[in-house]
Amino acid sequence: MSNYKVVVGMGSCGIAAGAHSVYKKIQDTAKDKPELGIILEETGCIGMCYREPLVEIEDLKSKKKYLYGGVDEKRWEKISAEHLIKGEPVKKWIVKSSEKDGTDEDIFKKQFRVVLSRTGHINPESIDEYLKTDGYKALKRVLKEMKREDVIDEIKKSGLRGRGGAGFPTGLKWEFASREKNDKKYIVCNADEGDPGAFMDRAVLEGDPHSVIEGMIIGAYAIGADEGYVYCRAEYPLAIKRLTMAIEQAEKMNFLGDKILQTEFSFHLKIKQGAGAFVCGEETALIASIEGKRGMPRIRPPFPAQKGLWKKPTNINNVETFANIAWIIYNGYEKYASMGTKNSKGTKVFSLSGKIKRTGLAEVPMGISLREIIFEIAGGILDDKKFKAIQVGGPSGGCIPEKLLDTPVDYDSLNATGAIMGSGGMVIMDENSCMVDVARYFLNFTQNESCGKCTFCRIGTKRMHEILSRITQGKGREGDIEKLEEIAHMVAESSLCGLGQTAPNPVLTTIKYFRDEYEAHIKEKRCPAGQCKELITLKIDKEKCIKCGICAKNCPVECIRGSKENPYEIIQEKCIKCGNCKTVCPTKAVIVE
Amino acid sequence: MTNDDRSALMEIVGKYKSQKGSLIPVLQNIQEYLGYISKESVEFVSEQLNYPESDIYGVVTFYAQFKLEKPGKHGIKVCQGTACHVIGADTVRDVIFKELNLKKYGTTEDMKFTVEEVACLGCCSLAPVIMIDGQVFGKLTMDKIKKILNSY
Repeated sequence: MSNYKVVVGMGSCGIAAGAHSVYKKIQDTAKDKPELGIILEETGCIGMCYREPLVEIEDLKSKKKYLYGGVDEKRWEKISAEHLIKGEPVKKWIVKSSEKDGTDEDIFKKQFRVVLSRTGHINPESIDEYLKTDGYKALKRVLKEMKREDVIDEIKKSGLRGRGGAGFPTGLKWEFASREKNDKKYIVCNADEGDPGAFMDRAVLEGDPHSVIEGMIIGAYAIGADEGYVYCRAEYPLAIKRLTMAIEQAEKMNFLGDKILQTEFSFHLKIKQGAGAFVCGEETALIASIEGKRGMPRIRPPFPAQKGLWKKPTNINNVETFANIAWIIYNGYEKYASMGTKNSKGTKVFSLSGKIKRTGLAEVPMGISLREIIFEIAGGILDDKKFKAIQVGGPSGGCIPEKLLDTPVDYDSLNATGAIMGSGGMVIMDENSCMVDVARYFLNFTQNESCGKCTFCRIGTKRMHEILSRITQGKGREGDIEKLEEIAHMVAESSLCGLGQTAPNPVLTTIKYFRDEYEAHIKEKRCPAGQCKELITLKIDKEKCIKCGICAKNCPVECIRGSKENPYEIIQEKCIKCGNCKTVCPTKAVIVE
Repeated sequence: MTNDDRSALMEIVGKYKSQKGSLIPVLQNIQEYLGYISKESVEFVSEQLNYPESDIYGVVTFYAQFKLEKPGKHGIKVCQGTACHVIGADTVRDVIFKELNLKKYGTTEDMKFTVEEVACLGCCSLAPVIMIDGQVFGKLTMDKIKKILNSY
């Protein structure tokens, strides 16, 4: 007889944090103590990555659920002894529970989950669990009751806009593809989540792959496609594995294949693995990549809706866009459109990382402020340091400063700041992050990833990166800021695709909001954040040093000497300025000059 | 190329030959088998799929995934994502270089490890992270990196 359902979060993050060994340990407990009646299952990303590995215990009699955080093998031993055997939950490790007494309850307060409604709750490898949670009901309704135009109309009225970054209205995009007359059409899911700092799509594919598949089947029906591809980056092996399983399961139950659910509609879905090129997130480059060529963008028009994959009409949407579709059809467009702002409806998933207390995934109604996301959902800045900027939209986005934190999160308001919504990566930076270095970082990325087709993108990003590197090395010159601005505008205006058009954004926003930091680097040869290695010296304050030696132990180049008698000191010639000693010093005796 | 390699490559090509856009999956499978894209394998694919070698090199050098040199036994990918960068990916890289006696990204002399950078592994909440042979290690510290490397 079953008493407890134990669910382990097995997304990539959970596994990296050690979920596999905990899972094995729980398996042992279930085998050794059959009288406990444990049903063991796995699920996708729960969204509280900072508490991984996460284990949920559901008491099947009382239906109460308890979510434990940071569960390693040792903690599991205690949890099973106290909670499962004695019936006394171990309160100090509970992060969320049905009794609402978890330590991290408020992370969920401002969230509303559409795309993530199942992620972290169901077993992503089981189609039965998807079906039990109303899965494929929207598809059944579409195929039995709705005409193609009705589906497009419903999506148009929902106000859903493309979640890949640009925010083009999805219903309209479908309409363009649907109007094309051709014997063959394709539908493609862009799962080439290349923005550094973004992992929403990975979490959805790992945690609820069927929702993406269902969205694609509905989309294929709406535009009249009979073949589709999921273009997924190879860096996501677990997502590919679960997606492959899900496609096989859907084929077996005839949600995919010929004459789906005894209708005349047929649709076949395949996975194509990306080979590591950021530019393939751009539609025409993605198409070239599926065709087996170098992923270089081409001039539009013709748009993919007219001439796409193998010159046939093609509709491309992002993972999150597809994951919204079934929910909208099943719950009605009114409910979806009731959330959000005038021009940005529904919810958006964000991946939160950087210098915050709670890293993870959050799905919020559009219109919520950046401040609410950072200080209420993410719990504020790590070690209660001072907030400096939030990077939104990855290499195409920008850094938003403190004074603009009340900006509502919607497409138009974020554009007005100089950043963009982008795919949903948010990296939070504190007082120790150097904004010039961040701009340099992104330009290094874009100049690496530029496909080289457009001169201004190819050479302009390289020149910008050189200037930024120079500034961070203390070799900045008078006039560098103006030169950066000049090149930035040329790159933005003379590039064919989104990569080049938006590549200067990180530079322009940091100059706009943090010009003083640029000037300190150039004029005073000083890095106010204490990050740029060429401009800083690390020293140990002899008065504050307690001679514990932790710094010396953690120095990667062994350049700190001292002993129990003599205070520690840094040998400057050998120091690589990694700052490890500063991080580990218990008395904050390491100072940056 | 040995006869074994030849028949393995033949099998790979056979599996994808009839599909449209087969070049990238064929190369991905060859790399999975050989560990890299050898000169001989490019010649082989060129013959079998009827592609000019220049086109194949064009594709191989365009995508970050493909390697033209034989890698070490274990592949270490150092994440250079935004979150990792902000939290200290450069230090992670330096520690790995020091531990493995490397001066830059590449393969160790004993061919045990190949260290390369990767744009983002998407495990940003566990920054800084690395991936070794497909397994992600997160929240790295100096000690942890040393222990992980020693376990291989």
